[in-house]
Amino acid sequence: MEQTKKDVRILAIETSCDETAAAVIKNGREVESNVIYTQIQLHTVFGGVVPEIASRKHIEKINPVIEAALREAEVTLEEIDAIAVTYGPGLVGALLVGVAEAKALAYGAGKPLVGVHHIEGHISANYIEHRELEPPFLCLVASGGHSHLVLVKDYGEYEIVGRTRDDAAGEAFDKVARAIGLGYPGGPKIDKLAKEGNKNAITFPRAKIADAPEDFSFSGLKSAVLNYLNQCEMKGTEINRADVAASFQQAVIDVLTEHTIEAAKRLGVDRVAIAGGVASNSSLREQMKKACMKSGFQFYHPSPVYCTDNAAMIGVAGYYEYKKGVRAGWDLNAVPNLKIGQR
Amino acid sequence: MKVLAFDSSGLVASVALLEDRQLIAEYTLNYKKTHSQTLLPMLDEIIQMTGFDLKEIDALAIAAGPGSFTGLRIGSATVKGLGMALDKPVISVPTLEGLAMNLWGADAVICPMMDARRKQVYTGIYEFEQGRMQVLEEQTACPVEEILQKCRKIGRKIIFCGDGVPVYEDIIREQMEGEYSLAPAHVNRQRAAAVGVRAFDYWKEGKVETAADHGPVYLRKSQAERELAAKGKKLP
Repeated sequence: MEQTKKDVRILAIETSCDETAAAVIKNGREVESNVIYTQIQLHTVFGGVVPEIASRKHIEKINPVIEAALREAEVTLEEIDAIAVTYGPGLVGALLVGVAEAKALAYGAGKPLVGVHHIEGHISANYIEHRELEPPFLCLVASGGHSHLVLVKDYGEYEIVGRTRDDAAGEAFDKVARAIGLGYPGGPKIDKLAKEGNKNAITFPRAKIADAPEDFSFSGLKSAVLNYLNQCEMKGTEINRADVAASFQQAVIDVLTEHTIEAAKRLGVDRVAIAGGVASNSSLREQMKKACMKSGFQFYHPSPVYCTDNAAMIGVAGYYEYKKGVRAGWDLNAVPNLKIGQR
Repeated sequence: MKVLAFDSSGLVASVALLEDRQLIAEYTLNYKKTHSQTLLPMLDEIIQMTGFDLKEIDALAIAAGPGSFTGLRIGSATVKGLGMALDKPVISVPTLEGLAMNLWGADAVICPMMDARRKQVYTGIYEFEQGRMQVLEEQTACPVEEILQKCRKIGRKIIFCGDGVPVYEDIIREQMEGEYSLAPAHVNRQRAAAVGVRAFDYWKEGKVETAADHGPVYLRKSQAERELAAKGKKLP
């Protein structure tokens, strides 16, 4: 007797920060559509994301973005098996738009609802282009709001092994970019300028935390860059912005790479992945790849489109939650400080 | 004509199901719990209790604003999501008109007011003529003194309602001349049934929008936009 395996399709919604996004994911790994409306232009004048403006834009764009995701995937809402939505962490007002919309959509269409952790989504982005990747593996998540080293024990099972004590890595990029007049968002701008500079020109500190060798700290590094700029100004020395960018970036990358490799060795995993906005930094990818090769680890990273905030990654994480039988109630709320692994 | 109505513009969360001249169900909660946790479970309770098929509704009605920015967006996203799933239109009802509708038929002028912070109220002035709501002052954000002055000028009996009343009661008592009263508990806060009744008027006038087009009516720019405007700049 021929047995046909039914495809499982997830419609995913993501509104945790300044991207309004929706995607359709087939069987957990196949992206049928991935629609992202980025508000970045809007927030550039303020030098960072303004929560109220982000929330207003989300409510304006959410229906067209979802409709486009369904259209591009060539499916109707009836053909969707479940709706997944980011419910934290993130900006509460922004999250609430996606959560309220997803709940109403699921309720109206009679579909199950799955709540997804934003960072677990970022980690799951690695599954999209690496069909062979399965847990366990270690993942470095670095973005504007997060810097975590996470051990993925199984689908939906996470353990934080390292975290930032102060600024997120991406936050440090933004602050330094502002200080050297590059503007917002800092990550891609520093990445680009650093290519023209000497990464050994200035020695910036690489912070280690005595009792937690796998944790991060970037505020000292940020202060060191600001001090260096002040001193140059006082002495009247000309500032080579490309050298500052390259030297700062190298300090961040050294710390991220070293801590990741050390943690992987200690935990005995042989697969290492990176995720989040900072994971699209070209120098980080290169150095991480070399370090992994040297230690005999397999290295994985998503394409830039899956590093930035997107709903495809939420659909992937949502699929594995759905398969496990995880369902959200109609009282699902936004949880701005949701912990990784929390259910 | 069946309408599913929502109001989450203030502290109150309210859902109502109406069919023509009948209120089938209404669930109103005036309690400190976020609308995100209450609104959908309240709708679910109504559907469970009535066994009503959501696909049979003709339109969704929403108190579109003004109100708490976050509250408005939760209500708005709820009707946008339901509207998309059910392929039904949205009727956008000004929040203050919904509030005033609570006092339908009163032989007085109705002045609802909501606390808008920053020493202002969201308010408007309404009356009923032969059973139809007339808007004497369109809803706006202004200092309470300004609306009280307009009320005095009208020189008729006034009924005040809304969550701005307890906040500004002293000023109302101090500055009002002539006959006025404060509405009692069952009609002095947002109720989705009143939003639904007002929505029928808009429906008859053909004032409906698609779920995609619908959005909250804030009446106010965000703080960041105001600061930008003060510097003579605009959003890109």
